Amino acid sequence: MTETIKDSVKAFIIENFLFGDTSYELADTASLIENDIIDSTGVLELVAFIEDRFGIAMADADIVPANLDSLARISAFIAAKSAVPVSA
Amino acid sequence: MCGFGGYFGSVPDGKALLQKMTAAIAHRGPDEQGVFTAPQAGLGHVRLSIVGLGDGQQPMSDATGELTIAFNGEIFNYVELRDELRAKGRRFRTSSDTEVILHLYDEMGEDCVSRLNGDFAFALWDNRRRRMLLARDRMGVRPLFYAMRAGTLYFASEVKALLQVPGLSAEIDPIALDQTFTLWAPIAPRTPFKDIFELEPASLMIADERGATARTYWNLEFPDRDAPSRHANEGQAVEELRALLTDATRIRMRADVPVGSYLSGGLDSSIVSALAAGMAPQGLRTFSVTFDSAEHDESAFQNEMAATLGTDHKAVACQAGDIAKVFPEVIRYAERPVLRTAPAPLYQLSGLVRDCGLKVVLTGEGADEVFAGYDIFKEARVRRFCGRQPGSRMRPHLFRKLYPYLPGLKQQSAEYLAAFFGAGNDPLDDPLFSHRPRLKGTAATKMFFSGDLRARLADYDAADELISRLPDAFGRWHPLHQAQYLESRFLLPGYILSSQGDRMAMAHGVEGRFPFLDHRLVEFAAGLPPEMKLNGLVEKHILREATKDLLPASIGKRTKQPYRAPDSHSFSGRGELDYVRTAMGEEAIAAGGLFNAKAVTKLYEKCRARPASGFRDNAAFVGILSTQLWLQTFTGTSVRTAEAA
Repeated sequence: MTETIKDSVKAFIIENFLFGDTSYELADTASLIENDIIDSTGVLELVAFIEDRFGIAMADADIVPANLDSLARISAFIAAKSAVPVSA
Repeated sequence: MCGFGGYFGSVPDGKALLQKMTAAIAHRGPDEQGVFTAPQAGLGHVRLSIVGLGDGQQPMSDATGELTIAFNGEIFNYVELRDELRAKGRRFRTSSDTEVILHLYDEMGEDCVSRLNGDFAFALWDNRRRRMLLARDRMGVRPLFYAMRAGTLYFASEVKALLQVPGLSAEIDPIALDQTFTLWAPIAPRTPFKDIFELEPASLMIADERGATARTYWNLEFPDRDAPSRHANEGQAVEELRALLTDATRIRMRADVPVGSYLSGGLDSSIVSALAAGMAPQGLRTFSVTFDSAEHDESAFQNEMAATLGTDHKAVACQAGDIAKVFPEVIRYAERPVLRTAPAPLYQLSGLVRDCGLKVVLTGEGADEVFAGYDIFKEARVRRFCGRQPGSRMRPHLFRKLYPYLPGLKQQSAEYLAAFFGAGNDPLDDPLFSHRPRLKGTAATKMFFSGDLRARLADYDAADELISRLPDAFGRWHPLHQAQYLESRFLLPGYILSSQGDRMAMAHGVEGRFPFLDHRLVEFAAGLPPEMKLNGLVEKHILREATKDLLPASIGKRTKQPYRAPDSHSFSGRGELDYVRTAMGEEAIAAGGLFNAKAVTKLYEKCRARPASGFRDNAAFVGILSTQLWLQTFTGTSVRTAEAA
């Protein structure tokens, strides 16, 4: 499941922020900001993608680099959110 | 205001070449045209008649015939200089400012430029000494390009005149492209044209039989940060500023034709218009651009100011699709790739001025550099503030306050804001500290460079070159002054005064005049303590104090609203034109060889699908499109790129 999430997020990043450049070596832990992959608008695009693709509603408090600034962090965040049962 | 071209050296049919060169820049001087030739030298001139309408023809020779000048621009203190020279017994044959330069050169040689208060570029042939003098004004308002070919020096107001020289052709300079996609403009003397250079602002070039050498005659200097200020008393500084600004405006109203004023609705052009209106008994005409989109439009402020001053006000509407329509012409006149579409509405605006029968306008340009108005100055201050407490969750919220007009930032957490602005991470002693986020964000556009271009550039770093060009004293200046220097010395002449300034105005034969760039005012402001300019996070503090009686409070207290225009959005939807599809298409991108065709296709599709893309995507889109247009315009279908060197 996590691998699928990671693949899906990676594909989105390559398509949307690297414009199809598959030669770019996107390390799992590489900072998306420090490597100039994402800017302030890009964060909002990423949030929209996560919400649409994974059905997760992201609160403002969730939108922080600790959750979203690398492939590994994004994948872990989505996995954790997906695992949380919806309360009645 | 005018344009000129010329040469020093051996040219087989000099007169014919000069006629071709001047014809290529006829838009700069629709009123008259003239050429002068001598053995080993030639000058050609196209004239926009503003001062000395009946007797200011150029090229102009002195009474002896030994000195001949081709001059573009205005000497605003020519009246005072002429009186001085007359008192020394010199006799004038014309009422023009051009003749003043000839006499002053005869008195002082090339040092005459130190006495000139104006926006100028000129070439002066000294037949006695067999030498050609080229000179350019202090801030870089008027352009001057040159190239060496087979031992002959060629020069002109625009590159398109130089491209008339046999054997000189347009090739893109990869390093200039890297500089543009990092710094927004090439670092002079480099231009986008390989082997064609520009004379740097505040510089002279002397060409004689020994060769051509250039040197600067004036430098923008700030006091050492620990030095006691000469302007400790703010009240006195306010008075001095008002007197200087008034005089700078007064001498820029000198013309034998009516002078109008741009009115953006912001502080700076409102001040200039208010001062000018008080000096125009016949009434002042003002001109503005309006936009469809609320985030760019300032018409409410423009109309309020025009009503307050009682000016005869006209506006040109920049509507969806207009930018795309004029953009190829914009690049033809700008002669350089740009990362923003902002020059396009200014091209429309100068067209309006010309249609209204005016040739001269005042503008508020320069105030943001001179009095620290740009957001980047505040941003640097907040980044330093955050850097003192790197983990703070509160301090980064200040970034949101700086950019209320950027929706992408408004919604970000403190952690993201800190990360985007490098708050707490960038070394405080970096000479480019103030500009690092901008440089980094802009350089991200280089991801679209082709593998071939990247290989040619190898490990070249435009930011490192910028650092190498800083003066020795730079490290002793206050951080605000360092940031002001970077803006004033590089971006101002390289982009603001060029692509947005001279080139867009002169495309329609309109001369812009810039009271805030009077060198007396620039020197005075450089000596002011930083807090008098950026007071806390209030920009242009002392300017507001010095002019508060001139403006309605709604304008006098306005926070800086940067001049912006819709970027990639302009080229999609109703604005989409065939040339955009062609220029951004795989075939043309591959032919140019500068960008990755596959990535550009995806960028193009992304920008078409979602117009509200971020800075990098917008800058990349406009930068790539303008580079493609540059290639088409200046190199034709046979696209070549020069080796990086």
